[in-house]
Amino acid sequence: MKYLPLVWSGLWRKRTRTLFTLLSIMIAFLLFGMLQGTNAAFSRGVEGANVNRLVTVSRISFTESLPYADLAQIEALPGVDRVAFASWFGAYYQDPKQFVFSFPVDAERYFNLFPEFKLPKEQLDAWVHTKSGAVIGVELAKKYGWKIGDRVPLHSTIWTKPDGTSDWSFDIVGIYDDPNDRSQANAFFFNHDYFDEGRSFSKGTVGWYIERIKDPTAAAADGAAIDHLFLNSSDETKTQTEKEFNQSFLKQLGDINFIVTSILGAVFFTLLFLTGNTMMQSLRERVPELAVLKTLGFTDGGVLALILAECLVLCVISALIGLGIAALAFPAMKDVIGVVSLPVSVIELGIGVAVLLALVTGLPPAWRAMRLNIVDALAGR
Amino acid sequence: MLKQISAVTLMNLQNIPSRLGTSLVIVIGIAGVVGVLISVLAMAVGFSKALDNTGRPDRAIVMRGGSTSELGSTISRDNALTILDAPGVRKNADGKPIGTGDVILIVDLPQKGSDSGVNVTLRGVGPQGFEARPEIKLIAGRMFQPAVRELIVGKSAQAQFKGLEIGSQLALRDSEWTVVGVFESGGDAHESEILGDAETVMSAYRRNLFQSVTVLLDNVAAFDTFKDALTTNPTLSVDVKREPDYYAGLSKTLKTILFFVAYVVGGIMAVGALFGSLNTMYSAVSARSVEIATLRALGFGATPVVISVFVEALLLALIGGVIGAALAWVFFNGNAANTLSGNFTQIVFHLTIGPNIMLLGIVWAAAIGMIGSLFPAIRAARLPIAVVLRAG
Repeated sequence: MKYLPLVWSGLWRKRTRTLFTLLSIMIAFLLFGMLQGTNAAFSRGVEGANVNRLVTVSRISFTESLPYADLAQIEALPGVDRVAFASWFGAYYQDPKQFVFSFPVDAERYFNLFPEFKLPKEQLDAWVHTKSGAVIGVELAKKYGWKIGDRVPLHSTIWTKPDGTSDWSFDIVGIYDDPNDRSQANAFFFNHDYFDEGRSFSKGTVGWYIERIKDPTAAAADGAAIDHLFLNSSDETKTQTEKEFNQSFLKQLGDINFIVTSILGAVFFTLLFLTGNTMMQSLRERVPELAVLKTLGFTDGGVLALILAECLVLCVISALIGLGIAALAFPAMKDVIGVVSLPVSVIELGIGVAVLLALVTGLPPAWRAMRLNIVDALAGR
Repeated sequence: MLKQISAVTLMNLQNIPSRLGTSLVIVIGIAGVVGVLISVLAMAVGFSKALDNTGRPDRAIVMRGGSTSELGSTISRDNALTILDAPGVRKNADGKPIGTGDVILIVDLPQKGSDSGVNVTLRGVGPQGFEARPEIKLIAGRMFQPAVRELIVGKSAQAQFKGLEIGSQLALRDSEWTVVGVFESGGDAHESEILGDAETVMSAYRRNLFQSVTVLLDNVAAFDTFKDALTTNPTLSVDVKREPDYYAGLSKTLKTILFFVAYVVGGIMAVGALFGSLNTMYSAVSARSVEIATLRALGFGATPVVISVFVEALLLALIGGVIGAALAWVFFNGNAANTLSGNFTQIVFHLTIGPNIMLLGIVWAAAIGMIGSLFPAIRAARLPIAVVLRAG
C-alpha cells in the first residue's frame, strides 16, 4: 500500500495520455455493461426457470390449442404432482402499441404452481369468487395506474365473442409481485371459465399445460410419459422442462448471445491494442527513471509489480466508471429492453475482464522493465 | 503555400512507418467502429428489405377487424366470398376474381445448425393464389396438386430449416406431406414460408376459417373503392390494408431496435475510438515537435503544419474505415439470418451491405479522424518554437 502514491504519480506522468486511455477503457466497459447486461437479462428467464416444472404444448406448434380433457389424464400420472394451464389471450389496452401479456388461467391451480408470484390470500379468494376478476403484476399496475376495484377493458387480437366483438372487460381484484424478478410482474391473469364461456370458437381447449413433478431428476421420464398419453391422438404433445421451453423461445429471436459476443470481441480487441500501446509508450519514456529505481534498491520483481499495478489501477478504475455509467443508463433503457437494472453478475464479470485486460496489456512492458539492465538503461543504450 | 503544404504533408506521411505502433491504434480502433456499425446496419437493412419487398401497392390484404397480424385473424368462408366479389378486385380471363383466401398455420421445424425448433409459416392458398402473386416462381420440382398432401417450400426456408428437401416427408397433424417443389419470390417474406393448397390444409387441420384474404386490385387507385365497399358492408367487420403497409407494420419494431442498436453502439464505440485517435495524434505531434519547430524556424507557416496533421489522421482513419468495411463485407454480406417477425413466425433475411452503408461507414471514419486530430493540430500550430528547439 505504501507504494500507491508512486503508482499513482507514475500513472499521471502524462496527464492527457492517461486521461484519454482511461476514457477509452471506460467507454469499452460502458458498452460491456449495456450489452452483457441486456444479454443476461434476456437469459434470466431461462436461468430463473423452476427445475420441477414441465411445459406441455401441442406437437404441431405452441400456437395450437390442446383439449381441456387432457388435464385429468396428465394429473393421474404417478410422477405428476399438480397441473395448471394457461392460454394466450394476445390483447392490448386501448392502443395496439400497448400490448398486455394476458392469460386466462385457473386461479387456484396456476398460483399454486408458481409460488414465486406473491398474492395475498384474501385477494386470491376474491379472484376465485369473481368471475370477471383479474390479477395483475405490480409493474403492469404501475404502468397504467390500475388499482384493485378498477374495471379494465382489453381488446383481444385473437378471441372474438359470439357477437363478433373482441372487447373484454375485467375487474381487477388482486395485484401480485415477484420480488426476485420484477420483469415477471408484468402479466395479466384472469379466469379461464370467464374466457371459455365468452369466446366464440375453440371452446373446451387450453393453450398449454404446466406440470409440477414430484422428482426433478425424473423430468425426462415424466415428460415422455405425458407425451406417451397422447401419442397417435389428433393432439399429440411436446413436453419440455420449463428451462428448455424458455430457451427454445429465446432461440427463435435469433442468436442474441452471438451478436453481443461478436461486438464485444471487436471492442476488446481494439482496446487491447490501444491500452497495450499506451503502456509500451509510457515505459519507453521512463526507462531512465526505472533504472534509477533499480539503483535505489528496487528488485526486478518490484519493478515488474510496479508497472503491473499501474496498469491494474488504470483498467479497474476505468472499468468501474464505465460499469457505473452503464448501471445508471439501465433504468433509462427500460422501455427499449424491458429490464430494470444491471445484474450484479455482469458487474463482477466486468471487473474480472478488467483485471485480465490489465494483466495482458501490462505484462509485456512490465517484463521489459524487469529485465532492464541498469547500466545500459542509464547510459541510454 | 500549396507547395509548402504538400512538402510538409508528404514528409510527414513518409515518417508514419517510424510511428507504426501508435498509428495502428487509429487504424484498428476505427476499423472496429466501422465494422460493428456496418454489420448491425446490414442486419437492419437486410431485415427491412425482406419485408419491404413483400407485397405491391395494387394488392390489398383483408383481416378481421382489430387483428394486428394474420395469425390472430379469422375470416369465414361467406365473408371471404363477399370480399373476393367486392368492386375493385381484378378479374382473370375466366371472369374469376384474382384473390386468395389464405389459411396460416405454424409448423415447428428444426433450424439448421441447431436442433431447436422454430415456427415456420405454412400458408394454404386458394386456386387463384398464384395468379394473385405472380412473383412466386417455381425454381425446382413441380407445383403441388390440390387435394393431395403436397407442399412447395420457399428458397430461404429450405436453406435455413431442416427437412425441406424435395421428396422429403413432413409430419403435420396426423398426416404425412411431401415436399414437391421449391419457389423463389424475389427475397420477400413468402420465401421463408411453406405453401400448400388451402382446402387440403384446412381439411387436414379440421378448420373451416381463413386467416386473411389477399386480392389483386384493378389498379393502385382502386384500393379506396375496394376498402369503402368492405368497410361499409354491415356483414363484414374487417381491416383492409395495402400489402406494403401491412408488411411495413410487421417489420417496424425490430427495425427500430436494430437501427437503435447500430447507432447507439456505433456511436459509443466512435467516442472510444475518438479518444484513441486523440492519443495517437498527440503523441505523433510530440514525436514530431522538433521537426515542426525546425520547419517553423525555417519560415514555414502554421497552416501547412496543421494540414499535415489533419491529412495524417484522415488517411489513417480512412484506411481503418476501409479495413472495417471490407472485413464486415467479407464476413457478413449475404449471410442468411432468421428471426421472429410480427406474425410469430420465422422470417429469413440476408445481411445486406450496400454501397450506401459502406459510404456511411467511411464517412464515420473520416469524421472520427477529423475530430480526433483537431486539438492535436492546434497544439502543433502553437508549439513554442524556441523552447522546443532548445529542449531537443
